[in-house]
Amino acid sequence: MNHALKTARNQGLISCHSCHLLCRRGDAGAVMTCPRCGTRLHSRKPNSIHRTWALVLAAMIFYIPANVLPITTVISLGKGQSDTIMSGVIYFIYSGMWPIALVIFVASVFVPLLKLILLCFLLITVQRKSMWRQKDRTRLYRITEIIGRWSMVDIFVVTILVALVNLGALASIQAGPGAVFFCAVVIITMFAAMSFDPRLIWDTEESIDE
Amino acid sequence: MQSLIACHECDLIQRLPHIHDAGTVQCIRCGAVLHQKKRNSIERTLALTVAGLILFSLANSFPFLAFKLEAQVRQTTLLTGIKELHAQQMPELAVIVLLTTVLVPLGQMLCMLYILLPLKFNIVPLGLPRVFRWVRHLQPWSMMEVFMLGILVSVVKLAKMAKIVPGIALFSFLALIFVLAAMSASLDSHLVWEKWEEKR
Repeated sequence: MNHALKTARNQGLISCHSCHLLCRRGDAGAVMTCPRCGTRLHSRKPNSIHRTWALVLAAMIFYIPANVLPITTVISLGKGQSDTIMSGVIYFIYSGMWPIALVIFVASVFVPLLKLILLCFLLITVQRKSMWRQKDRTRLYRITEIIGRWSMVDIFVVTILVALVNLGALASIQAGPGAVFFCAVVIITMFAAMSFDPRLIWDTEESIDE
Repeated sequence: MQSLIACHECDLIQRLPHIHDAGTVQCIRCGAVLHQKKRNSIERTLALTVAGLILFSLANSFPFLAFKLEAQVRQTTLLTGIKELHAQQMPELAVIVLLTTVLVPLGQMLCMLYILLPLKFNIVPLGLPRVFRWVRHLQPWSMMEVFMLGILVSVVKLAKMAKIVPGIALFSFLALIFVLAAMSASLDSHLVWEKWEEKR
């Protein structure tokens, strides 16, 4: 069925990723810009697969310190108590605030993991030139693109707590090193999702060398 | 050639049907949204941008939460939180929070204003393609709605510890996230490119 379908690439055209104008592809190797908006043209995002793999692996490495190191330290009457992401979730469950526990668990633990797993899955299926349920895989890609930003919620909570609970010796909250690693995981996975080109999912009949 | 378009998600070439009034065109193969047309797109987006800028200045000049513990009261604006992170040797976090909740949303609204206000009067602003590209690149990094969820979580977290009083800025924040979402949804980028091509 795919033989009959015309894509910009097999027709010698390039769609401008900024203004979506269809442009004629020039000589291979030449730098081309869109005649309408001046953006550099690429048939596919450059080095999409390698770049995405590199970012996914970096995020996986940072995911470990993000979960092991404390993200906040509560100092109350001279005593300090450090919390990691998971211990924060467990604290909420024990104090009966399970909706909040659920929000934090989904945003900080489940979403980053899900995103990494989905990106690995998409990368592997693209590299194997799989033709399996392309439409659903494109949908999975859209999900990874949308959900990533919501993981930042924990970082914002830390910011607000640090600003509000600052009463000297009585009670204060400090941000921990885990927060920096966690923030890095969120940002790196967002870049990973951006560098993946969903058109590769549909490029099963052509070579994926770009 | 004009009405032909390649889907940005699956590269399929298809004819873009003409939309008279308002509607959405989806890719026939992968379902990606190819074109979204709104009535009075430019005027509507411009109005929402101006509303957004007003709400943004309110949200950043007043405290959004106050924290009462015994005799002590602490109020916080968005910027004090960022300063506190910086003071605690967390400059990386301070920069990220500053970017995602202050600078990027502000930059996005200013870019929109720069493009849409002249277009409203049929003038094409200098460097439109570049500025319009910035708007698109900034989009994922504007995290106002995520910050709002963060406020809710912190309120619940602190409610046991002390009394939490919502401030004016909290309501501005709430309104702002809806205005920002509507602003992005009402923009018809094809229309902007068409105008650019006409006037060039």
